[in-house]
Amino acid sequence: MSEVKQANPIRVLVAKPGLDGHDRGAKIVARALRDAGMEVIYTGLRQTAEQIANAAIQEDVDVIACSILSGAHNTLLPKIYKLLCEEDAQEDILFIAGGVIPDEDIPGLKEQGVAEIFTPGTPTTSIIEYIQDAVKREGKL
Amino acid sequence: MSDSKETLGAQTQPHYLDESLAEYQAQVDKVNARFPERKQEFTTGSGDSIQRLYTPKDLEAQPNAFDYEQDLGFPGQYPFTRGVQPTMYRGRLWTMRMYAGFGTAEESNARYKYLVSQGSSGLSVAFDLPTQIGYDSDHDLAEGEVGKVGVAIDSLADMEVLFDGIPLDQVSTSMTINAPASVLLAMYIAVGEKQGVPASKLRGTIQNDILKEYIARGTYIFPTAPSMRLITDIFEYCASDVPLWNTISISGYHIREAGSTAAQELGFTIANGVAYVEAALKAGLDIDLFAPRLSFFFNAHNDFLEEIAKFRAARRIWARLMKERFGAKNPKSWALKFHTQTGGSTLTAQQPDNNIVRVAIQTLAAVLGGTQSLHTNSKDEALALPTESAVQVALRTQQIVAHESGVANTVDPLAGSYYIEAKTSELEEAALAYIKRIDDLGGSPKAIDAGYIQDEIMDAAYDHQKLVESQERIVVGMNKYIVEEPPPSGLLKVDLSVGERQKEKIAAIKASRNQEQVTDCLTAIRQACEGEENVMPLILEAVKAYATLGEICGVMREVFGEYQQSVSL
Repeated sequence: MSEVKQANPIRVLVAKPGLDGHDRGAKIVARALRDAGMEVIYTGLRQTAEQIANAAIQEDVDVIACSILSGAHNTLLPKIYKLLCEEDAQEDILFIAGGVIPDEDIPGLKEQGVAEIFTPGTPTTSIIEYIQDAVKREGKL
Repeated sequence: MSDSKETLGAQTQPHYLDESLAEYQAQVDKVNARFPERKQEFTTGSGDSIQRLYTPKDLEAQPNAFDYEQDLGFPGQYPFTRGVQPTMYRGRLWTMRMYAGFGTAEESNARYKYLVSQGSSGLSVAFDLPTQIGYDSDHDLAEGEVGKVGVAIDSLADMEVLFDGIPLDQVSTSMTINAPASVLLAMYIAVGEKQGVPASKLRGTIQNDILKEYIARGTYIFPTAPSMRLITDIFEYCASDVPLWNTISISGYHIREAGSTAAQELGFTIANGVAYVEAALKAGLDIDLFAPRLSFFFNAHNDFLEEIAKFRAARRIWARLMKERFGAKNPKSWALKFHTQTGGSTLTAQQPDNNIVRVAIQTLAAVLGGTQSLHTNSKDEALALPTESAVQVALRTQQIVAHESGVANTVDPLAGSYYIEAKTSELEEAALAYIKRIDDLGGSPKAIDAGYIQDEIMDAAYDHQKLVESQERIVVGMNKYIVEEPPPSGLLKVDLSVGERQKEKIAAIKASRNQEQVTDCLTAIRQACEGEENVMPLILEAVKAYATLGEICGVMREVFGEYQQSVSL
């Protein structure tokens, strides 16, 4: 895989919250972000909200990208955001998610801290562009 | 292959078709000069090159020239390429088995009764993730997951409700359960006993395929070695006590869903099958006692002809391995029986009605490939769990293929097609190369621990994604023929209170059962796990005393430890 080296790359934690074992999407996104020059840490399966928030803070990432296909998104995603808030990290970390998430759940998740949700069929290029724009806009680098 | 000259040059001896093929080639060149073909290279859904035309010459290619008796034989006969039964669907149609389960046992029981009333001929139970990973609904890690992707089962009490009013001597039940398979099988046996149905009459399947959990599906609990031991315990117990039960469903389905090619689906699945056979032989079991109860589970994707060839190749590979490599003597040990599910990852969230058409094509492929049972996905499954009406269309798709299309009226009707036979042989060869590679790595468990299988699949998945994004591979409605559409409506929602209701049920069970008996049962399981005694009969005693799934798996977790996933990108 070709990696585009950047002086100050965007750091991303790709995470699988909950018990969901479907990691094809998470791994594909992780590879695509890496190939776009970002530094990617992939958590592997079965991460609790606490583990994800802690890893994000310790690894000093710019972005958390959660993949969830089990239907537990309404429980687990807001919990991660709440933990980030408790550590005052919510301003520094862009929190996005993808997976099988019904449209009607999206407004509620956005109100509870998820900046953007990517649903099935989203090209990886859209995710890359979104992250690059959002991180630039927030002046996080 | 873009140019059939390569095939023409493959043999040095003149062939009776050479002259006419040369004429055909000249014609092709002429047409191509004016109207070039749509692509430089045509490939299958798995990315394998496909020729413009297949002829008898493709079947005669040395060194493995096609031989009817050796390579196909007759249906019901070695090597079973044409099917595992002599009359196939003329005798009995495949089992139409719809995978279902959500919420509580009560809700799922109602869905099963609906499916049976609509002509479904076998049940297939989907469990929620906490159940699949051996946690009770009141465990911290179960938060938000209870009843979501399947039904929540914490104790025998839930299982009794799940099968209420469903006579277990009259249905066959498939349970998608792996790491805690022994516990759920024990609960099923216990429900049977309560209904007055002896274990010897129970028919069904447990998935019980832990290796593909490490590879692709993710609901593992214990490390490789104790997991393999639990599986051989089940083989041994069922051979004597539950003889009609299919003790394992060696699954390529999830390997394919994770992004593998057709050849990888075959190669990796059958390599896992080899590992189970070797583990059972090592445990001292007689191959011809357990092998007839092994079953397989494959995916049906969109590339119709490639998939048909894949199913046929699977039977031939397994028959030859069992006979030649393992020396099995019982023809039932050689015959690969399989369940099929249409490919979930081929469905699109965009224009979901299109999925009905995809499922119909995949259904035809599974039937022309000789499946024993079939689950058809519903059109809304890229969005949520399916609604009842979407499930009905999916089931009707099977019924239309069965009763209206005519394909079930003659056995293996595509046999002898130059392309189908060439592709069957090509997939067999490619799968055997993967099996050889895995043998060289020390067998499937070692190849998994080394990450080899996961990496191979990931590479294929990423290649596919890039082809879709560059539109070299068209997905109708998703990367071409896109329309603006309103957000989907009427999706199935699982009631959030399921978790709370399950917690109350657990509390009630724990308050009413004989605690001393439960403690004794759990101690006995612990001792068996620490030693070599078959753990199945002890688990059966424990579930009958209403020990919970989480308690039983908790004891096994303490003895065996937990599998640590090796993460690589």
